[in-house]
Amino acid sequence: MAQIFHPSFNTISKVSIFGAIFFLGAVIYGWDTLLRSPYATQVNVAREQPVPFSHKHHVAGLGIDCRFCHSTVEESAFAGIPATKTCMGCHATVWKDAEILEPVRASLRDDRPIEWTRVHDLPDFAYFDHSVHVAKGVGCSTCHGRVDQMPLMWRVNTLNMDWCLSCHRDPAPNLRPRDSIFDMRWDPDTLDANQRAQLMMDYHVESMTDCSVCHR
Amino acid sequence: MQPAPPKEPARPAVIAPGHTHASITDKITSIVLRRHTPRGWFVGFGIAFALVMVLLTSITMLLLKGTGIWGLNVPVGWGFAIINFVWWIGIGHAGTLISAILLLFRQDWRTSINRFAEAMTLFAVACAGVFPLLHVGRPWLAYWLVPYPNTMALWPQFRSPLLWDVFAVSTYATVSAMFWYVGLIPDFATLRDGAKSKVFRVIYGMLALGWRGAARHWERYETAYLLLAGLATPLVVSVHTVVSLDFAVSVIPGWHATIFPPYFVAGAIYSGFAMVMTLAIPLRKVYGLQDFITMRHLQNMAKVILATGLIVAYGYTMEAFFAWYSANDYERGMAWNRMVGPYAPFYWALIVSNVIVPQFLWLKKVRSSVVALFVICLVVNVGMWLERFVIVVTSLSRDFLPSSWDTYSGTIWDWSLFIGTMGLFAALLFLFIRFLPMISIFEMRTLVPGGEAAPHDKDADAAPVDGAGPEEQA
Repeated sequence: MAQIFHPSFNTISKVSIFGAIFFLGAVIYGWDTLLRSPYATQVNVAREQPVPFSHKHHVAGLGIDCRFCHSTVEESAFAGIPATKTCMGCHATVWKDAEILEPVRASLRDDRPIEWTRVHDLPDFAYFDHSVHVAKGVGCSTCHGRVDQMPLMWRVNTLNMDWCLSCHRDPAPNLRPRDSIFDMRWDPDTLDANQRAQLMMDYHVESMTDCSVCHR
Repeated sequence: MQPAPPKEPARPAVIAPGHTHASITDKITSIVLRRHTPRGWFVGFGIAFALVMVLLTSITMLLLKGTGIWGLNVPVGWGFAIINFVWWIGIGHAGTLISAILLLFRQDWRTSINRFAEAMTLFAVACAGVFPLLHVGRPWLAYWLVPYPNTMALWPQFRSPLLWDVFAVSTYATVSAMFWYVGLIPDFATLRDGAKSKVFRVIYGMLALGWRGAARHWERYETAYLLLAGLATPLVVSVHTVVSLDFAVSVIPGWHATIFPPYFVAGAIYSGFAMVMTLAIPLRKVYGLQDFITMRHLQNMAKVILATGLIVAYGYTMEAFFAWYSANDYERGMAWNRMVGPYAPFYWALIVSNVIVPQFLWLKKVRSSVVALFVICLVVNVGMWLERFVIVVTSLSRDFLPSSWDTYSGTIWDWSLFIGTMGLFAALLFLFIRFLPMISIFEMRTLVPGGEAAPHDKDADAAPVDGAGPEEQA
């Protein structure tokens, strides 16, 4: 009887059976890599905005405090996006005719808020409160990075759950003294283990990893 | 030349006399390769396929509307989904028992029923898997049940029996599929060599993995098959034990009982053998396989059903006894509510189907009647479904707070999904008997006089108990 398969099928079948394992492994590895890549997490990806607002200029150049614009960060869950009037407080006189600021003036004229592109957006099923983090000694730059060096805003952290948990499981390295909360240049390595333990006690911070802490 | 006439066994033979290697091969392969597909196959498959469409419609509706279309609510959060899951998983157990444990115990009567019993196992597990996957509500996230490194830095809850279920059932499905496929390889080669059409020669040839029937092939095959049987053996006990822990680990009266694992395993084998009989009886009739699936097979299975049925009956008795002996008001209230409460008709129907009716199997006359066996097996299938219904619903419907007590019944979508999985099961079986040999050809050949000795064939009976096993013989 004639052979059904060419002799090369011996090799092809072996390669395909063993290769399938590696192929499957590669697919899983590739998928995981994709989910952790900037493509999915937007880490280090500067986002376009309707007005090219530069934190670098306003914070590092002019020395404006975070709370001047994000005024509710100490009292509320939401840090707050400044109203157009906050912008116009200066820009009614400074750069008042600049072409680049036309959307801001239009916003005031039409009484329509500027639609900023939100860079740090948590899913709705995760409860997050800025005020408690600030009150317990977590500084702005711990999560948002060196905003004073960002011409346009980008994420320095993934905002994935494993990133949240990395701090919720071990908060001590991310705490700082109360007077340094809004200090962009603050370096966490200036504290030793004892000082961190002291901060944990002072702030009454403990590891909080119950599901319902964030998923209420 | 005629071989010497074999010694007549005292019991009915596991294969009718007069068969040769060629006649066995021809009889089984002809169903797949040559014989005209009977009209009944098309009718049966058509009905089953229509029910698969019902299944798909039910799943689509569920995904569009959510689990609210089911009858589930507080306090009965586990309804048809769990009942049907346990029922289907239980049915699968007979296949594994027949293929693995009976192989290791060298029961030659398993040979003609193991192939389709294993197929039944696979298809039953497939049907069972539908329910928990849909019950999680968002089946597209079901991979969260698997522990894998993820961006949530989370593992599943290893202390939950529901997670143990994931491992138990997925292991079970994998090992069953491997066992089934490995057993099929020599038969794929037979089909490859017998197929007339080029397409089927290539398909069966690919599935046969280059099997030539060389001595080295057989040696490796026997080793692999025994190893797989060893792997599958603990699964017969472990899978339904883990399923029973879904209930027993909780603190619900009526569930929190140590008798659950053995009683569930016995119930699984009980329902599984009933399903094997339900399928075997019409199959041997339609395809004229009475020579291969003989009365000896049916009688042996009837005895297994009787034995496991008695264990199950013991389980029911102990549930009632524990409730009384515990002197715990809530356990007693639970047991009493089962017997006289709103679900009493289900409970007593279950007792009749699972405890009373199988007692007829004590009578040799009943065991020798194909019709009586078929009817009893159908009753047992229904009874085992009722058992799971009673366990799940009666305990949950009486919540800890009397204010939240409620009654439960399945909606039209519960029923359509359940009937749809029956259609899926039947459709897969129809495809199986049309395209694969439903009886293991090469193992049947070992049953005729002069058949080669395989480690699990009946020559083993002649081997001295403390002597070398047949696999060590030349």
